Amino acid sequence: MEYFIQQLINGISLGAIYGLIAIGYTMVYGIIGMINFAHGEIYMIGAFVSLIGFLFMGVLGISYIPLALFLVLLMAMLFTAIYGWAIERIAYRPLRGSVKLAPLISAIGMSIVLQNYVQLTQGARVKPLQPIIQGGFELSGANADFHVRLSYLQIVIVLLTIALMSIFTYVITRTPLGRAQRATEQDMTMASLLGINVDRIISTTFVMGAALAAVAGLMVTLYYGVIDFYIGFIAGMKAFTAAVLGGIGSLPGAMLGGLLIGLIEAFWSGYFSIGYKDVAAFSILVLVLIFRPTGLLGKPEVEKV
Amino acid sequence: MATTSSAPLPPKRNDGPAWMPSLLKDAFAAGVLAALLALPMLGFRLVDSAQGLSLDYRFSWVGIAFAAVFAGRLAISLARNAWDGRRRPMRERGTEESHGLRLRKLAGWLMVAAALLLPWTPIADRNLIDKATLLLIYVMLGWGLNVVVGLAGLLDLGYVAFYAVGAYSYALLSQNFGLSFWLCLPLAGAFAATFGMLLGFPVLRLRGDYLAIVTLGFGEIVRVVLLNWQVVTGGPNGLSGIQRPSFFGLPFLAAVPGKTTFHEFFGLPFSPDHRILFLYYLILILALATNLFTLRIRRLPIGRAWEALREDETACRSLGINPTKTKLSAFATGAMFAGFAGSFFATRQGFISPESFTFLESAIILAIVVLGGLGSQIGIVLSAFLLVGLPEWFRELQQYRMLAFGGAMVLIMLWRPRGLLSSREPTVRLGKTPKAPEPMPAGEGATP
Amino acid sequence: MTIAANPTPLLRVEHLTMRFGGLFAINDLSFAAKQQEITAIIGPNGAGKTTVFNCLTGFYKPSSGRLTLTAPDSDTPHLLERMDGFCITKDAKVARTFQNIRLFSGMSVLENLLVAQHNALMRASVYSLAGLLNLKSYRVKERQSIEKAKYWLEKIGLTAQADWSAGNLPYGSQRRLEIARAMCTDPVLLCLDEPAAGLNPKESLELNDLLLDIRREQRIGILLIEHDMSVVMNISDHIVVLDHGARIADGSPIEIRNDPAVIRAYLGADEDEDLPQEIATDIRHAAQREAR
Repeated sequence: MEYFIQQLINGISLGAIYGLIAIGYTMVYGIIGMINFAHGEIYMIGAFVSLIGFLFMGVLGISYIPLALFLVLLMAMLFTAIYGWAIERIAYRPLRGSVKLAPLISAIGMSIVLQNYVQLTQGARVKPLQPIIQGGFELSGANADFHVRLSYLQIVIVLLTIALMSIFTYVITRTPLGRAQRATEQDMTMASLLGINVDRIISTTFVMGAALAAVAGLMVTLYYGVIDFYIGFIAGMKAFTAAVLGGIGSLPGAMLGGLLIGLIEAFWSGYFSIGYKDVAAFSILVLVLIFRPTGLLGKPEVEKV
Repeated sequence: MATTSSAPLPPKRNDGPAWMPSLLKDAFAAGVLAALLALPMLGFRLVDSAQGLSLDYRFSWVGIAFAAVFAGRLAISLARNAWDGRRRPMRERGTEESHGLRLRKLAGWLMVAAALLLPWTPIADRNLIDKATLLLIYVMLGWGLNVVVGLAGLLDLGYVAFYAVGAYSYALLSQNFGLSFWLCLPLAGAFAATFGMLLGFPVLRLRGDYLAIVTLGFGEIVRVVLLNWQVVTGGPNGLSGIQRPSFFGLPFLAAVPGKTTFHEFFGLPFSPDHRILFLYYLILILALATNLFTLRIRRLPIGRAWEALREDETACRSLGINPTKTKLSAFATGAMFAGFAGSFFATRQGFISPESFTFLESAIILAIVVLGGLGSQIGIVLSAFLLVGLPEWFRELQQYRMLAFGGAMVLIMLWRPRGLLSSREPTVRLGKTPKAPEPMPAGEGATP
Repeated sequence: MTIAANPTPLLRVEHLTMRFGGLFAINDLSFAAKQQEITAIIGPNGAGKTTVFNCLTGFYKPSSGRLTLTAPDSDTPHLLERMDGFCITKDAKVARTFQNIRLFSGMSVLENLLVAQHNALMRASVYSLAGLLNLKSYRVKERQSIEKAKYWLEKIGLTAQADWSAGNLPYGSQRRLEIARAMCTDPVLLCLDEPAAGLNPKESLELNDLLLDIRREQRIGILLIEHDMSVVMNISDHIVVLDHGARIADGSPIEIRNDPAVIRAYLGADEDEDLPQEIATDIRHAAQREAR
């Protein structure tokens, strides 16, 4: 039982991180219908900027952890958002309205470029970070050997994710920006005819997605304590899986998908074998797509003939 | 609607003398962007040391990035402004294609001739033939994937899985059952095709992008299974000592007790180059066979149905074409060629491991197909040469190779979003049918 | 007119109902279409005409009802509501065109017509083996299908454009090509979804001739959805009028012209401002005639 709860906690923390990355995929896919293959790399850059940020805080002598955390968070979101913006501007915007496969290939190319860029500038070796947020609750029940660990870090991850999700949902559903985004998603041509600056809206979408990925990168840096230039690929793939699982284009779907992927992974590696945990996630995806092709929360698509 | 400009356009020279400052402003903005991008990654460097991680600063690099991008952007804008007037008419002309097609056919034959004669030219050495062999593997994979992506329009991001199935089938069959290469080759193709069908059956109903992600996942699953199924696949260590090819039973070795070797049979002095040459011609034949098959099948009903399916699946259904069956056949055909290529790869290397079958390989093959111009056989050769052949020559710059590779992918797409060679030749022309065309009736509203 | 009066019509639609959620797009619709007749389905926008087609051709599975197709030369009727979309064309021989043209626009005009003969050619190519080996049996069949394509190209006046990309054809030619492509599947029933939409009056007249010609020479049934009353009234043998998913009238063009229910559906409804001009005038004339 305790083992189960422990895996549940681990799965939720991991799922929150996947969910944050998945939002970037789902928003971009919803608005311009392309798989932003470089999004995993954006997240990886977010993780690196966070790591550099923490070390820089040390250099500056800021040792009050909440402040350092806040500053690093801002820094990571800012710089990563610039990367997100620049990628869209350079590699995707000129290809908008072009052949369907062109942006995808461009995105794969961008992803290879970013991976190798980070490898060249920061080295290929795994980068460790001293634990910054330590400690946690030991939950023990009446039974003496009932031990479940809930670290402060896990609490921070989940709370931060919930906060960001709330802000995000508010922005999308209640603000003019969100309305413009939803309109662009429905019909880009019509939105631009109604005076919405479609280019700017799409850029904003990339910036928002990148900022969330940066948060995920920060969390992973703290959670695992090690990062390297290759983490973007696997995480990106799983996050995209999460987005598809939840129903692409749907924000709650992305979060739900992320949670599910996180849970599947945690339980699979907890109860079966670590080696096959990726297989489990993908197999679930294939099953869901076969029985519910639009994902869990996606709207069914009626074919117009 | 399609914009083909390679970068966001600089402001036009529309308001007389004000244009130079606006170009400067644009270049300055680009420079600032470059500096911002460079700041975290180039400006700071994580240094591993005994005490743990520390930071190193290289702010001069940020300045260099700014200066380089500022100058480059300005130069490009100025050049583009200067060319603007001259370039427009060129673009509008590019519709007349039949001349280009004849030229392309000629180029195809020249390429075949060059490939056949390559080993006998003075520039040929062992190294060159080896690289050409590798290039041909990619050409063959590109041609195989072209059936799936180019003709049938199914986005397959896990093509390398079938390549792996072919390679491991050959390795396991020859190691465990002692089957020869020539027997394993069709078997490997058949296994890969069966795999393709098994995977395709549940997922081919999915829309394009979902198919992409499922095939991507499938590619990863195959790799993970290869890594973890130690007993059969040898796990991360892979399989070594795979049987090398023989010339229809004659091994390419100095001497084998109780057996005639290749050089003994033909009365030649022994040379290790024989095997290299044999492998080169073998892959050349396999690749050309793939090409001939594709060219032929395009003209058959199944090939036309693939292309029709790419154009409009709903219309296909309304014409009585079974979409699932048709897609499945394309998927299986593509997989089969990957299986052939895989078994060739295994026999050439003598060693295989999951390392060789990562997503990057799938991405490279897909890039070859798309950059070549979907469906264009010669375009695939060109882009394989650009993406795989050229980088092989710069092996010394190993570190920058993949960076340049990714950059090339982006730039070529921006420059030619439809690929290098993209026009399509109809599979049948009325003019070329057995009977002379009827005198044309006065078609109403038919002439534009 | 009752359905029972006709023992084996080509197509019999019985109690067809199609629900989307709580909305009845078609509600208990019954009618029949005969061989060698042009049956038009008309009705205001949103009456459920295209939905009938989509049920017939397998794009939707009807919520309930029966769709029976009995080919003239066979006694085994096909139950369309139970068949997969592509089988309906392949086995039951029902072909259709689309409201928004769906040609294979990157392929040539001739190729479009050959793709339509896919099933016949596939049989001849024997899993593509005969084709790959270029056997004589396949070559003969291929030549035949090209001849058939040529026949239709001539009928629609596009022989000179045979090697063009279908997408490069002018709009009217694309419409005709789509009909020719559907005919190349050898249908017994041809379903045309607004074939005259977007055509100019001259092209409309040509379309009339083409459809009459198909009925006369191919001896098949045609089911037609159309807003252009000049087409409907001139060539239909039989008209079914739908409104809000139900049949409100069924009869010959003259009967329909004078049917008060039809006039009410077009003129009496709230949305009569939305009516296309031609229909409104046409019906007003009909109403005046009736009044006289």
